Amino acid sequence: MAVVAAKPSEEPKSNTQTTGKTNTITLRISRSNPSEGQESTFAEFQVPVQKWTTVLEAILYVKQNFDHSVAVRYSCRQASCGSCGMKINGRPALACYTKVSELNSNVITVEPMNNFPIIRDLAVDFKQLISNHKKMKPFIIREDSEVTPDSKEFIQTPQDLEKFLQFSYCIKCGLCNSACPTMATDESFIGPQGLAQAYRYVADNRDKGKDDRLKIVDDSHGIWRCHFAGSCSQVCPKGVDPAMAIQLLRGYLLGFRK
Amino acid sequence: MRESIIMKIHYGTALGAVALVAVHILMRMSQKFSDSLQYQNVIANYHFLPYALMLEVLLVLLSVHGFNGLRVILLELKQGSTYERMINYGSLAAMAALIAYGSRTILMAGMGVS
Repeated sequence: MAVVAAKPSEEPKSNTQTTGKTNTITLRISRSNPSEGQESTFAEFQVPVQKWTTVLEAILYVKQNFDHSVAVRYSCRQASCGSCGMKINGRPALACYTKVSELNSNVITVEPMNNFPIIRDLAVDFKQLISNHKKMKPFIIREDSEVTPDSKEFIQTPQDLEKFLQFSYCIKCGLCNSACPTMATDESFIGPQGLAQAYRYVADNRDKGKDDRLKIVDDSHGIWRCHFAGSCSQVCPKGVDPAMAIQLLRGYLLGFRK
Repeated sequence: MRESIIMKIHYGTALGAVALVAVHILMRMSQKFSDSLQYQNVIANYHFLPYALMLEVLLVLLSVHGFNGLRVILLELKQGSTYERMINYGSLAAMAALIAYGSRTILMAGMGVS
C-alpha cells in the first residue's frame, strides 16, 4: 500500500486557534487487510492537535479529512464501551482515553492490538475474547431467585462487595489479553480477561457456581499458564487487576481459599 | 489428571528439591570442598544408605519437576490435541527413563558395581 503523506497545505482550516495552541503531529496508522492478503504498512498523516486532543480524535480527523477508509472501531468516546483498544506507540491503550499530549512525542504510531486476528487496519476480531468470557458463565448462578415473591433480596455486606467490585468494572476492551505474553504463544489460553471474570463471580457470595467455574479454569490452557508478568494489570484502563484475580483464583484451586 | 493436581505436584516437588539440594550442599561442608569431590568420598556417599536414599528421592523430585516444566513450556509453544497428547506422554516417558537410569546408577554405585 502506498504511504500517504498529507501536506500541511492540504489540511482543512480549523478554528482551534481561538481556543488554544495548536501543534501538528505525525500520526502513523497501520494499514492492513489480511482477507485481501494485504500486509501491514504505515500511512502517515499530519494532524493538528491541541492539548486535550485524544488519539481517537486524531484518527477521526484523518478519516474526516484525508482518508475515510481507515478502519477503526469506536463508540462511546469516554472509556466505557471498550471498542477503541489499539497499540499506541507500542503500548495497548484505549484511543479515546489517551491524550496526544500525554504521549510526549510528535510522532504517534497506532497499530492493531496484539494477540487478536486483524480484520482491517486497527479493527481486530473479538470472537475469541467474547467466547472465553461466555465460557466463564458471567452471571450469578443459583437455584432460587431474588425476584420470586417468596424470596427476599440476597444480602451482601460492603466487605462482600469489596471482594469482587473492581473486577466488575471490566469493559471487555481486550487490552489485557493484548498485553499478555502467554496469549502471544498459547492461542488456547483463556486469557486474563476471562480469568478475572471467573474470579469476579467465584468471589461473589450470592453465586453458587464456583465449582463449575473452577473446573473450567483448571485446564491445561487455563489458569496455570499465567506466569504473573502483570502486564495485563498495567494496561487496564479501568483499574482492574487481572493478575491479582488470577492469583486469588489459584488460591481456591490450591485449597488456600474456600 | 486435573491440571491443579499436576501443579500441586509441581510446586511440592520444587519445595522438596530445594530442601534436599540444601542438605546435599551442606553435606559438602562436612569436609573440605575439594576433598568432598574425591572419587572415594563420592562413592562413599552411595554406600551410606540414608544418603543414597536421599539422592534417589532428589532424583525423582527433580525429574518430575523438570519434565513437567518442560511439558508446560512445550504446551505453550504449540497447540493441537495430537501434539498435546504426544507432549504429555513423551514427558512421562522421558521422566520415567531418567528416573530408571539414575536409579540404576545409584544402585550400582551403592553395590560397588562400576
